[in-house]
Amino acid sequence: MKPGKSVKNPALLLAALITLSLYAFFSALTEAHSGDHSMKQDHAGVVGEYTFDDFDPVSYLKNWNFNDLPEEKRKKFYKEEILADGTTLREYWIYAVDKKIEVAPGVFFDAWTYNGRVPGPTIRVTENDTVRVHFINHGSQAHTMHFHGYHEASMDGSMPEQFVEPGESFIYEFRAEPAGLHLYHCHSTPLKDHISRGLYGMFIIDPKEGRQQASELIMMMNAFDTNFDGDNEVYAANTKAFYYMDNPVKVKAGELVRIYTGNMVESDPVNSIHIHGNFFNEYRTGTLNTPNAFTDIIELGQGERSILELKFRYPGKYMFHAHQTEFSELGWAGLFEVEQ
Amino acid sequence: MNKLVAGALPVVLLAVLIASFLQFGPLGLLKTAFPPVEAVAFEKVVLEDGRIIAYVMNDGPDEVTISQVMVNDAYNKFQATKSTLKRLEKTIVYIDYPWAETLPLSIKLVSSSGLTFEKEIAVATPTPVPDFRYITSFAMIGLYVGVIPVFLGLLWLPFLRNLSRKWYDFFLSLTVGLLVFLLIDAFEGSLELSSEMPQALQGVGIITIGFFLPYLALLAISRRDSASAVKKTVAGHTLKLSYMIALGIGLHNMGEGLAIGSAFSIGEITLGSLLIAGFMLHNLTEGIAIVAPITKHKSENVLRHLLVLGLIAGGPTIIGAWIGGFAFSQFWSLLFLSIGVGAIFYVIVEVLKYMGNGPQTTLFTPTNVAGFLAGLLIMYATGLLVS
Repeated sequence: MKPGKSVKNPALLLAALITLSLYAFFSALTEAHSGDHSMKQDHAGVVGEYTFDDFDPVSYLKNWNFNDLPEEKRKKFYKEEILADGTTLREYWIYAVDKKIEVAPGVFFDAWTYNGRVPGPTIRVTENDTVRVHFINHGSQAHTMHFHGYHEASMDGSMPEQFVEPGESFIYEFRAEPAGLHLYHCHSTPLKDHISRGLYGMFIIDPKEGRQQASELIMMMNAFDTNFDGDNEVYAANTKAFYYMDNPVKVKAGELVRIYTGNMVESDPVNSIHIHGNFFNEYRTGTLNTPNAFTDIIELGQGERSILELKFRYPGKYMFHAHQTEFSELGWAGLFEVEQ
Repeated sequence: MNKLVAGALPVVLLAVLIASFLQFGPLGLLKTAFPPVEAVAFEKVVLEDGRIIAYVMNDGPDEVTISQVMVNDAYNKFQATKSTLKRLEKTIVYIDYPWAETLPLSIKLVSSSGLTFEKEIAVATPTPVPDFRYITSFAMIGLYVGVIPVFLGLLWLPFLRNLSRKWYDFFLSLTVGLLVFLLIDAFEGSLELSSEMPQALQGVGIITIGFFLPYLALLAISRRDSASAVKKTVAGHTLKLSYMIALGIGLHNMGEGLAIGSAFSIGEITLGSLLIAGFMLHNLTEGIAIVAPITKHKSENVLRHLLVLGLIAGGPTIIGAWIGGFAFSQFWSLLFLSIGVGAIFYVIVEVLKYMGNGPQTTLFTPTNVAGFLAGLLIMYATGLLVS
């Protein structure tokens, strides 16, 4: 047998292998470089539109006491009655419900909500009013409503015996004090979960004498840990990432603007709001009439809130965002559009 | 006809059962009781100037929609050829991002349910495109790492020729030692690669197929040869053994080339001169393995055979470096790696069989054991230079 003969079969195998490897090489290669996919780069980092009609952040800016609902429907959630002493009894019907919400275009979060909204509906009363909240738990977990402000211990909604089990209800009642910007939120355990899932809302107590006429805006800083790994994937003012980038908050130059802002971000110790091209007076917790600072940025710890007052000087678009730049690039950034 | 019915019956029954299970079974309950299981695997990431291109696959049982993309923890614009992926469907995600060279990069895909799938790149470097410069550079790498050392190793042939049978066996045992080391090394490499690839591609399955494919093919071919009436000569057999070893080592070197090329192109290693020198020394020993069986072979064509043997053993390094550098695909890389494992295993068995036909009554003579251990040690020592 010739030496060459015995070589033939391995050589055949080798040829087959070379063919296979060439095929692998070119198939992987052609896959890599096909088509042009250039894209327009604009301010906000997210792609696509919000499709879910669950919550309107523009409307939320100026919503309190269900003033966004038609009169008939509103009566189911809010009633007011002038009492003999001249104060007002304000009654609310708040339902805890589990709901899927859209927190970035196409990104959905299984939230626990008050009345299907995150943040929950803003409750706004006047100093010394009687607040009566009918809380009905339609959710899957035990929840409560814990209000900041003066109240009796039995109305605190924070102890295990005060937890409202699914299907049950409770009536919270107290006199609204002190005037300022407060919060309400669930105080069930694990507390961190109940806050980060979306159970919080603004509670505004206006002073008896009222505040100066202004264009008022409500901004709740919040965040969502969509993959439940202990870090937030989405940050925002009023839930939807970058929403005010595409739908700027409209204000008028020279007009007094009052911003009620609070921080309910879980897992990060501080948050902030910075407004471009302007300065504002800060009233911490809104309880005193003298400003605490004249600045363009404030830091808020968890649960802290402030009232900001400013007049935009020039028309045009001005950004507002967290100066924790990580938060701002994960959604907590928007625009004011100042009109003449 | 009856046979056909008997053969088809279980299949038909199975189809009926599956259909009725899907229709009436407790799947609805199972589905609602658990959240969707989403899994997305990155197959590779290409970095171009100002752009990241990620090749991803739905690796889970349920449909996945890629809704947003984060780069270094910031949302970023992107385009995907397809954003909703069924099981095993692939998409290419184009991300315009001014990534900075030599810095780390994190790419996170955010699904519609808020889950995130991350790929981290330790050091961002532009992915080489197959232009002339790169093709020749990778060819040079392959040449230096694979072809040249194997040829140098082959030059030991005259030295080995003048040895006694005992020393001949020593070098054959040394060859076995070298090959066993390569076998385990390549097997470990393929397991490592399989753990990085999408689960749905079943890396271990590819390894199994890759392992048996060449092994059984080579076995079947050699059986056919021995069954044929051609009378075997010792010379023919040893030469064939050398070719088998060359082929096995060639496949292994292809895996090595793949690893070098892909690591180089994704910036995981810089091929310093020390590393190249290490690979050369490491692969030099492979030349001994190839020529050991033919030291007693007398043929006027020895030089020609040596040339072919060297090309078979070393050449695939170049091909591997090209594939790894320009068109890295986990699937193909793993397949070739495991084919290499199977081929080396076959070669080990053949060398042992050949040695078993020698004059000794046992393979485990002190000389042979020493040779085997020396083979392992040489590989270990030269391996220190490249790890």
